[in-house]
Amino acid sequence: MPWCFHICIDECSLCLQKIQEDLNKQLLENLVGFLSRSHSDFQEKTTEWTCRMKFREIPTAALVLGVNVTDHDLTFRGLSGILQDNITPYVALLEAKDCPGIKNLMQKLMGQLMKCDIDVDSLEDEDCVQVSQNRIRCSMSSLISWYESVKKVCCCKKRNSSSRHWQSPPVVVIFKDMESFTTKVLQDFIVISSQHIHELPLVLIFGIATSPMIIHRLLPHSVSSLLCIELFQSLSCKEHLSTIIDKLLLTSQFPFKVGEKVLQVLINIFLYHDFSVQNFIKGFQLCIVEHFYSQPLSVLCCQLVDTKKRACSLSHDQCENIRKLPSFRRYVEKQESGRQVALLTNDSFLKEETVKLLEDLHVYHENYVLILRCLHVFTSSLPKYPLGKQIRELHCACLENRVWETEEYESSLQLARMLNKTDLVTMLQQCVEILMSSSGKEFDKTSEKLKEFLTQFQNLEASQEQDMSVLSQKELQKKTDLYHLQKTLLELKESRRSKKLTKFEMLRFEVVDYIDSLVRKYLIPADDRTLHEVVYFNTASVLREHLNAAPRTALHTALNNPHWYLKCDGGGISNKAPDICIAYKLHLECGRLINLVDWLEAFSTVVMAAEEPNADAASSDQVDDTIHARFIRAISELELLGFIKPSKQKTDHVARLTWGGC
Amino acid sequence: SQHFSNLRQHFSFPSIFIYGHTSSGKTYVMQTLLSTLQLPHVFVNCVEYFTSRLLLEEILIKLQSCSGTEQTSPVRCDSLNDFVRLFKQAVASQELQDQTLYIVLDRAEQLREMEANILPAFLRLQELTDTNVTVVLLSEIVWELFRPNTGCFEPFTIYFPDYSIGHLQKILTQNHPPEYSADFYAAYINILLGVFYMVCRDLKELRHLAALNFAKYCEPVVRGEANERDTRKLWKNIEPHLKKAMQTVYLREISSSQWERLQHDGGEPGQLKGLSAHTHVELPYYSKFLLIAAYLASYNPVRTDKRFFLKHHGKIRKTNFMKKHEKTSNHLLGPKPFPLDRLLAILYSIVDERVAPTANIFSQITSLVTLQLLSMVGQNDQLDGPRYKCTVSLDFIRAVAR
Repeated sequence: MPWCFHICIDECSLCLQKIQEDLNKQLLENLVGFLSRSHSDFQEKTTEWTCRMKFREIPTAALVLGVNVTDHDLTFRGLSGILQDNITPYVALLEAKDCPGIKNLMQKLMGQLMKCDIDVDSLEDEDCVQVSQNRIRCSMSSLISWYESVKKVCCCKKRNSSSRHWQSPPVVVIFKDMESFTTKVLQDFIVISSQHIHELPLVLIFGIATSPMIIHRLLPHSVSSLLCIELFQSLSCKEHLSTIIDKLLLTSQFPFKVGEKVLQVLINIFLYHDFSVQNFIKGFQLCIVEHFYSQPLSVLCCQLVDTKKRACSLSHDQCENIRKLPSFRRYVEKQESGRQVALLTNDSFLKEETVKLLEDLHVYHENYVLILRCLHVFTSSLPKYPLGKQIRELHCACLENRVWETEEYESSLQLARMLNKTDLVTMLQQCVEILMSSSGKEFDKTSEKLKEFLTQFQNLEASQEQDMSVLSQKELQKKTDLYHLQKTLLELKESRRSKKLTKFEMLRFEVVDYIDSLVRKYLIPADDRTLHEVVYFNTASVLREHLNAAPRTALHTALNNPHWYLKCDGGGISNKAPDICIAYKLHLECGRLINLVDWLEAFSTVVMAAEEPNADAASSDQVDDTIHARFIRAISELELLGFIKPSKQKTDHVARLTWGGC
Repeated sequence: SQHFSNLRQHFSFPSIFIYGHTSSGKTYVMQTLLSTLQLPHVFVNCVEYFTSRLLLEEILIKLQSCSGTEQTSPVRCDSLNDFVRLFKQAVASQELQDQTLYIVLDRAEQLREMEANILPAFLRLQELTDTNVTVVLLSEIVWELFRPNTGCFEPFTIYFPDYSIGHLQKILTQNHPPEYSADFYAAYINILLGVFYMVCRDLKELRHLAALNFAKYCEPVVRGEANERDTRKLWKNIEPHLKKAMQTVYLREISSSQWERLQHDGGEPGQLKGLSAHTHVELPYYSKFLLIAAYLASYNPVRTDKRFFLKHHGKIRKTNFMKKHEKTSNHLLGPKPFPLDRLLAILYSIVDERVAPTANIFSQITSLVTLQLLSMVGQNDQLDGPRYKCTVSLDFIRAVAR
């Protein structure tokens, strides 16, 4: 059903776009502030003594973005968009791979700057700035003359239309991947541009993936002293991911859900391999694609309002599909026999029931998310985080199985029973806030109950203050020597064991028990819900296959076990296998250096066994020309695949490049 | 510098080579001399015109505007041969034959990186063009490093010595701010030089630092706590401040604008972290292990691998002599290249669980290379076992391993 898929994936990308925009807002605002400050100082007070005396440095923003290089592209695109809207039309993005030398850098820079100028001007019919591209001298002086000319045009235009840019907008040059630029290029560029900073108000932005130390490593002091570097740090990628999970997975507004194993695969790839939020999102989108492709009932995976319409238009086959779902079967078994028959035979009854079940599922989600957040408030402040610090870990734990049956949950309850009052009160307040934020009426009672707890705590305070004062007085009196102190402590311990619980402790137990009951009621794993297959994507193995490509393993399987791919009769390497497989198998038995002649002998023996064994050729020493040719081809294929290379040590030998030789 | 004030019609020495340390006044002296004496000259920076074509064209363009004509037209000059021809034409058309024309090439060390014929040609440009021209080369390095293998015309060399502390004092004091007296400023410069002279003799940098910190120096005077002659009090106020400046703003740890803002708000410089303070790099789980494995592979000799990474390695033989030898060398010798397979083998042995050799692992190695944490040794074919080197320091790897 293509349309539901499109709706789903469009919603997803829309949502993501919004998140991305919000996330980088703070950073981009800071940057824009820096840029607008950078050259205005000089424009305002050029006559002042300090300004005349000071060496005019190039304003430089060092933008630390983290090691997830794949995500940087998006950030830079957003950045240059914002710059072009707010500050200056002249933004150039440079990449290290385009700039092996200063000449290429200048070419690239001028190309980008002058083209953007033409774009601006193409709306009007002023052609005075358009220079023929092919015959521009690629030097700073031509850049300056270009800048002068566009500035003049800008000023003329400004009179009749109020522009967002200023009189002389700065020229922003962004170095996307600072680490990969060669020292020479950067140094030369900085030296050149610092000589013309008065005529060309340049601002540099260094995109740094590792740490700002790289600036000192790349630039000597004589060059870095030409810069006025300020540091900007972007949001860490882990926080970025948390927000995305929070906004994308832990909401009920988005019909599609991923199961525990799938989520685990995606998160593992993120944490173990690349830290790339983009890849995480792509993985998530792949899940959507895969779900709609493989699950015929994904038609029903849509917003709640559309469910009824979709359910009514189900065909008989699709109804049969519903009946085949394991979760639905479990549901049917629990029903009384009359309903069982109706569900299994009557299509329209089934459709009604399906709508009801899907609505239930939706309600379950809403409740689940809220209670999950409440539980996270508690677990995230416990020492050692038995259920994980991040909400994603808690989410995974809850999806996996009944969380209240796990040891971690037990220990976190234990810990929660030892929380102090102020923490407990703030947590309860947070929970109330979370529950109040929901639109449904489900939790009115719950939040009432929590509020009641809060008032009880407040009442406690009054009564407890008296106790406290008595206790502290007593303690002061007893503060004599070590021996006595030890004794009193022991006594205290004894008394605590036997003593009845204080009011506060009673209340604390009550609160924890109440939270526990909420968890048991609402945090049921999704697998237990009927019709969860419709919205949950749970085939992690498919995803793993797609995302965790293992080229070496695949190659080895293909060569060692060709019928895996060829789907022919199997069992070891027979002589019918492709030549390259035979050659590969033989080479596995050799050491680091392989004698080609021996190899050929072995190869021909294996191959000849396939041909008629009674042929005369087998007896003769001479190897058949065809076999020789086939061998040579197999060898060169292996060389291309990187298993062997010709060695210089011995002429008729090749060297193995893979280890594991005996 | 009397060489230049010869009678204008006379042919001057064909080429002059001036060298001296950074900011010892070479460029400034040349410029003022040429402009006050109103000598026809062309001033070109060789870093800016990084190819020979650009350089030659720039000289020709500047030559057009040399004698006052304003508009310049683009010139095309692909080789030195063209240059000589066009140069002659230009000189004739500008009517400069009757006096010496000066071509000053600043940062002349760049000429060595251009085509081999450029430097020798400039040195004997007078002879080649048969015009009255003198080429002046300005450089920070000595002539011996210029001399081509094939030999060339020896220029007349002049050395500009460094400024002494007294010179610096005098030069810096000349530009005192109009609001304050010269003596007051001179005292300030004295203190400034006392702190910075040990590390920095660059005039430009010193002037920049003087301007940055002068506001702080004046503070007690502005607030009326001290008068202009109260040098001791002023010294007490400024000295720790300058020391802090030496550690931060001079090293470009924090930028000068940030420094000024700090001064203005009266905040402690401690709250602003410098660039070097952010050394921590967050890496994905396997990248960390890869980097550690790479470090081990780079600094451990191959033969110890078996001992360290195999479970049943047999007895560790005590070889005191060998150990002593290793201890002194490995970290001083720097990282050694290692093949990819060794890296992976070490990785498998240091990671607890099984690591599948997925494409993700391999791409992580590549991304470590782009992050300059590893470097590829020998740019040869990827197919026959690429070799890497680990470029991070011990401190960094310690932080990662924690």
